[in-house]
Amino acid sequence: MSTMSTPNGFTLDTAGRRVVVDPVTRIEGHLRLELNVDDDNVVRNAVSTGTMWRGLELILKGRDPRDAWAFTQRICGVCTGTHALTSVRAVEDALGIDIPANANTIRNIMQLTLYVHDHLVHFYHLHALDWVDVVSALSADPKQTSALAQSISSWPMSSPGYFRDLQGRLKAFVDSGQLGPFRNAYWGHPAYRLPPEANLMAVAHYLEALDFQKEIVKIHAIFGGKNPHPNWLVGGVPCPINLDGTGAVGAINMERLNMVGSIIDQSVAFIEQVYIPDLLAIASVYKDWMHGGGLSSMNLLSYGDMPARPNDYSADSLMLPRGAIVGGDLSTVHEVDLKDPQQIQEFVMHSWYRYPDESQGLHPFDGVTEPAFQLGPNTDGDATRINAVDEAAKYSWLKAPRWRGHAMEVGPLARFVIGYAQGKPEFKEPVEATLRHLDVPVSALFSTLGRTAARGLECQWAAHALKAEFQTLIATLKAGDTATANTDLWAPSTWPKSARGAGFTEAPRGALGHWVEIENTKIKNYQCVVPTTWNGSPRDPAGNIGAFEAALLDTPLHDPEQPLEILRTIHSFDPCLACSTHVMTPDGRERSSVVVR
Amino acid sequence: MTDDQTNRTLVLGIGNLLWADEGFGVRCVEALHRHHILPEAVTLMDGGTQGLYLVQHVRAADALLVFDAVDYGLTPGEMIVVRGADVPRFTGAKKMSLHQTGFQDVLSAADLMGGAPARLTLIGVQAADLETWGGPLSEPVRARLDEAVRLAVAELAAWGLGAPIRPDPLPEGAAGLLAPGLDLAAFEGRPRAFPPA
Repeated sequence: MSTMSTPNGFTLDTAGRRVVVDPVTRIEGHLRLELNVDDDNVVRNAVSTGTMWRGLELILKGRDPRDAWAFTQRICGVCTGTHALTSVRAVEDALGIDIPANANTIRNIMQLTLYVHDHLVHFYHLHALDWVDVVSALSADPKQTSALAQSISSWPMSSPGYFRDLQGRLKAFVDSGQLGPFRNAYWGHPAYRLPPEANLMAVAHYLEALDFQKEIVKIHAIFGGKNPHPNWLVGGVPCPINLDGTGAVGAINMERLNMVGSIIDQSVAFIEQVYIPDLLAIASVYKDWMHGGGLSSMNLLSYGDMPARPNDYSADSLMLPRGAIVGGDLSTVHEVDLKDPQQIQEFVMHSWYRYPDESQGLHPFDGVTEPAFQLGPNTDGDATRINAVDEAAKYSWLKAPRWRGHAMEVGPLARFVIGYAQGKPEFKEPVEATLRHLDVPVSALFSTLGRTAARGLECQWAAHALKAEFQTLIATLKAGDTATANTDLWAPSTWPKSARGAGFTEAPRGALGHWVEIENTKIKNYQCVVPTTWNGSPRDPAGNIGAFEAALLDTPLHDPEQPLEILRTIHSFDPCLACSTHVMTPDGRERSSVVVR
Repeated sequence: MTDDQTNRTLVLGIGNLLWADEGFGVRCVEALHRHHILPEAVTLMDGGTQGLYLVQHVRAADALLVFDAVDYGLTPGEMIVVRGADVPRFTGAKKMSLHQTGFQDVLSAADLMGGAPARLTLIGVQAADLETWGGPLSEPVRARLDEAVRLAVAELAAWGLGAPIRPDPLPEGAAGLLAPGLDLAAFEGRPRAFPPA
């Protein structure tokens, strides 16, 4: 029997050919996808495998909880700040530490800056190339490209000469044989649909975005002391403020604050004159490619983030909405509580871990991370070379987190739909305006493109929220309150013998939680449930499939050997995979291989 | 690093500290910082796994010295020094995640944008263990730390930059470069995490 139905409403058919997409890396990859396609090359079964172990809890056990942020920051090179923030919040929650108002505002500024930066870089430097054919840009007419650019935006860098120069540079690059950042893609794939002029415009903006992003991270350097790897602090933020100072080392002064204000204004301009017009232009060409919705029309989860009031982490206080939607019922947004043992639970029946009773999930406070690598009886291959996993058995290093037993999608689309369902105008209005602009129904939201669009709208929201938080900071400072840290409970001698707490953020790519247990001033247990664990999760004991697996179903592939459509959908989640592929090889190793059996 | 300095040199260590030999590049920068006095024009940077986000630092440098773990198929612990055009540049769009952006992508992006450093040297070590999560540097790789630092000092000297030995090395975990608890001594001064499988 090759067909089965999942409790969350999907039909899986394993009869067809198996396609394996596996990033080949020195350390056995990170995310591997296995698909079964039918005779028409439509995906009928999808298996998402996290191929890498990362039990941070084992590294943190026995360490000083005040240092935990620095370790969690190293889980990933791109989401550094959001892990650090989640960690200090968890420790503050455990120890009952309140932070000053300025610290809350500065943390919001750090987090919103991350949103602006991460969404922009994700769109241009990972995801755009799923829609934009760089090689096709070489045949664009610079004059028509200029006309196109000027028809959608007032962005000044749009003259025929500008695009002609850029095209010349690109051509020289391609002719040199290296293709630079654009090598090793599926150029010429029939699923690319933009005209050459749109492709050339997008390549120009790819380079402009890469140049501009360096400005955005200066905000992190100013408030975090350095970049990369800004500093964080349990009890506040590690940046003293001295408004009258003139560049004293480490202290924030008016000159630096003015620089922050200017970068925020430039960010708003770039997003509104470049990112959003590009997004709409691309979406208008692909708007009938409505695949990749998966769980998004059903189950969505957000913890919320950016507290408007310091030390108030209730849903009321959070600028990014908190809540859960189940079964597509937008009329009810459920409350979410990270400490309720019945809500968030992780299952390991299909994960390479061992639980005393694997039919049950464990709340992260009771989390266990005991590796148990074992391949199922129907595996094709063996531990040294897996040709195809056996998804009826254990098949992933990711656990399967569930909210009240439901597989959930997390990320920008989840946050926007939850805000939309709550009727919050700052989320509802831009969504409706975008749907109107593209002339598509609300159901279009629940797709790969919907995810991509939500990220763009959220980037714009974040830039404006950043501006507002910055103005709040200036007003508070000018009123004479310059406190940035509360050190009353810094000394471990002030702590209870045992304590536990939960910290959360919304990482740009989705809900992120850390749960810490402290005993005798040291970390006793530490569990992270990261966004990509939600989205990339394997199946649970009931058979529910996770967001990646659901989103890939029913996608038609033009050519299974070149699964551009698969990358498109997976990229739309902005998956976070721990960073460790930085080992250099002499020839530049291929990152991703595709095998069809 | 200030914007108006000329002839800026960036010494960059890259890799993931949490992953055994993956952390070699960062450990080299840490050792260089502890034992040598660097001239004003030289910036030491723990690049971690920042990927593409390092491109502005690379473009802002006139000379770039990179420490990294490599896979050149050599004997574990074997050192290589690669210069200029021989340093590999490669990027791929078939990545599954933005986070797979390796340093090669950064070099290639700097090329495309203009402003790749005029001088470029990679000091690499053939990694032995890239799989032990939370693990220490492997013995053959750890044994090369001093040599890597010596090679870097020699390279800087060839670029006209003196880096004299500090009379007293900075203490382990000295503030500035790495966050508390992440320096080599503190990181490894406890039992390693269990390796998978």
